Amino acid sequence: MKRTQLTRTHTLAVFVENKSGVLARVAGLFARRGFNIESLAVAPTDDRFSRITIVIDAESAPLDQIKKQLDKLIDVIDIVELSPEDSALREMVLVRLELDDESKVADVEALVAGFSGSVLRVRDVQMMLSLSSRPEDLDSFLEKLEPYGVAELQRTGAIAIPGIQLANE
Amino acid sequence: MQMDGGTALLKALEYEGVDVVFGYPGGAIMPVYDSMVSGSGPRHVLVRHEQGAGHMASGYAHATGKPGVVMVTSGPAATNIVTPLADAYLDSVPIVAITGQVPYGLIGTDAFQETDTTGITMSITKHNYLVSDPNDIPQVVHEAFHLATTGRPGPVLIDLPKNITDIRNPDSAMTWKDPVPVDLPGFKPVLDGEPEMIDAAVELMLKAVRPVLYAGGGILKARGAAELLELAERMNIPVVTTLMARGAMPDSHELNLGMPGMHGNYTAVMAMQESDLLIAMGSRFDDRVTGKVDEFAPDAKVIHVDIDPAELGKIRMPDVAIRGDAKHVMRQMLDAIGTASPADHSAWRSTLSGWQENYPLAYEPAKPGDFLKPQMVVERLRDLSPDDTIVASGVGQHQMWASQYWKFDHPYTWLNSGGLGTMGYSIPAAIGAKVGMPDKTVWAVDGDGCFQMTSQELITAAVEKIPVKIALLNNTYLGMVRQWQEMFYENRLSEVDLSGPVPDYIKLSEAMGCVAIRVEDPDEVDAAIERANSINDRPVVIEFLTEPNENVYPMVPAGKSNSEVVVPPFQQKGTAQ
Repeated sequence: MKRTQLTRTHTLAVFVENKSGVLARVAGLFARRGFNIESLAVAPTDDRFSRITIVIDAESAPLDQIKKQLDKLIDVIDIVELSPEDSALREMVLVRLELDDESKVADVEALVAGFSGSVLRVRDVQMMLSLSSRPEDLDSFLEKLEPYGVAELQRTGAIAIPGIQLANE
Repeated sequence: MQMDGGTALLKALEYEGVDVVFGYPGGAIMPVYDSMVSGSGPRHVLVRHEQGAGHMASGYAHATGKPGVVMVTSGPAATNIVTPLADAYLDSVPIVAITGQVPYGLIGTDAFQETDTTGITMSITKHNYLVSDPNDIPQVVHEAFHLATTGRPGPVLIDLPKNITDIRNPDSAMTWKDPVPVDLPGFKPVLDGEPEMIDAAVELMLKAVRPVLYAGGGILKARGAAELLELAERMNIPVVTTLMARGAMPDSHELNLGMPGMHGNYTAVMAMQESDLLIAMGSRFDDRVTGKVDEFAPDAKVIHVDIDPAELGKIRMPDVAIRGDAKHVMRQMLDAIGTASPADHSAWRSTLSGWQENYPLAYEPAKPGDFLKPQMVVERLRDLSPDDTIVASGVGQHQMWASQYWKFDHPYTWLNSGGLGTMGYSIPAAIGAKVGMPDKTVWAVDGDGCFQMTSQELITAAVEKIPVKIALLNNTYLGMVRQWQEMFYENRLSEVDLSGPVPDYIKLSEAMGCVAIRVEDPDEVDAAIERANSINDRPVVIEFLTEPNENVYPMVPAGKSNSEVVVPPFQQKGTAQ
């Protein structure tokens, strides 16, 4: 269940031209060069540009080589490596639980509240939950939920932007 | 100006200065070919197989320095140019490929002759385009030529759905607008090296006592042969010229040690291995050059100059990495050197000349009654042909002998498939080169295996009156594979026998419109070559019957250290050091 091992990953923010096929180019490059993607999230930021957050397995290839190869793609405009400490990094998860007993709903609600997550819907023994937080929080959230019977889950993969720099930095 | 997309494509090619297109018509590209009937657009060379068109474009580009253009239809034609695109990608050759595509509305329906051409070619092109709006054609074509020729050159593909080129389809209506200067935020090649890095490099160069300039194909791409010569002479640094850089420095120059690598000469291989400074200029530490990377040039500091930053540190971590164009960077280095003097290299030079004396490139001459020695044939071709003859080779033993035994004294006179190792490259590449450089003598040195892959392009040469000359070194084997089977598979020969007895290369060549000459006797070699050189109105094929069991030496066995270079048996008197 534990998916995030921050010590082995790097997070790249990749700015690309919002052109058809750009995601295929990025994904194809990773496949061809033998770089492993841990997670990938992409969406347009406006009509012209999209932003891709890629979490990569740092042991599959030197980070420098991955960045340089990415930069060779014509549609890639800029690549920024985001440090876990200095960036705003969030991931979201949707979970559907099937409890064995309706009485456990309150326990789960308390657990969700502890993580500042949301209970989206409850119906009999089924619960829909969401949590948006740092990936390691999602890891421990899911770990704690496991005994309650996780029927289905979807993580988004991390998205990130650089954090706020202090003026004197 | 109102027009249709097909006409606009031809106009766009003319706008880019294209004088010839190598191509083959078919369903989805027919509207463009229809636009040619009116006489507009560049010269078209009708090939006999689309792969040939791709290699012709490549040969044309390498010989002329101008981008080569290939135009074919969708589906099987597009897949037939996959090999030349991959070839051009690995050897950084500027090519623009135009492919027809099924009408835009049919894409994704598995329509007749539909392939996902941009998807298939994504990893073997520098960039590719699928155009949906005919109004985009002038700008896309302009961008494609810019990308193909700027920075590290390479192939670019433009996929054109039929509906936007067909004058009978309203989708094709467009308004011609001259393209605007290319502004791609994700593509900003850097030509000049960082001054601090240049200074750091020069400092290493001045101190080195066993330096080697490891000259790669990037020098030719940068048109930097003059700077290479000047830098080598100014710093008194010996040069090795890789397979892709043959001709970048005259072979007759005393500082040129020749080709390094798996089949490089002993001195070039060992010079790199024993150097204390390698100046990698537009070269990429290919495995065929380094041998076992961990044991490659163990004492050498490395200065690596490349226009593609991804090459810096990809294989060997440089001590000084310089992103920049080889020509620019060498000029900067020369400026930074100023009047400074290099360290004393006399001990190094005498080590090198000792190696050259003990282990020259050499072969055992044929005994009376034996088959011709392929090396001798290459030497006679070289000596009897004009000094600036362009030589193309296929892939295999003959390629190595051509590179080893020709003497290249001019840049852009050596065409071969270095990175991809594409058998069958030589005949179409030679044709492309001859189209671009009609006043030069163009020889293809080919093997019998390669010849059977692409010889149909001799029909193209005959019909289009492109008088290339083919030296077919017929050893009746897939010689390089046979050599590996002999050396590394206990001589278990597997599927390498091409002795036929068919094809009859003379009849085959004559049927394709060539003058064909068979040479078995060493005494006939010169006369045949001289006759071929005198023919200038049609292609010529000389079939030389060469020694079937000849091996290429020296050889660094794959995966071994360069220090384990194997010299030919007759030189293996003492130990090789």
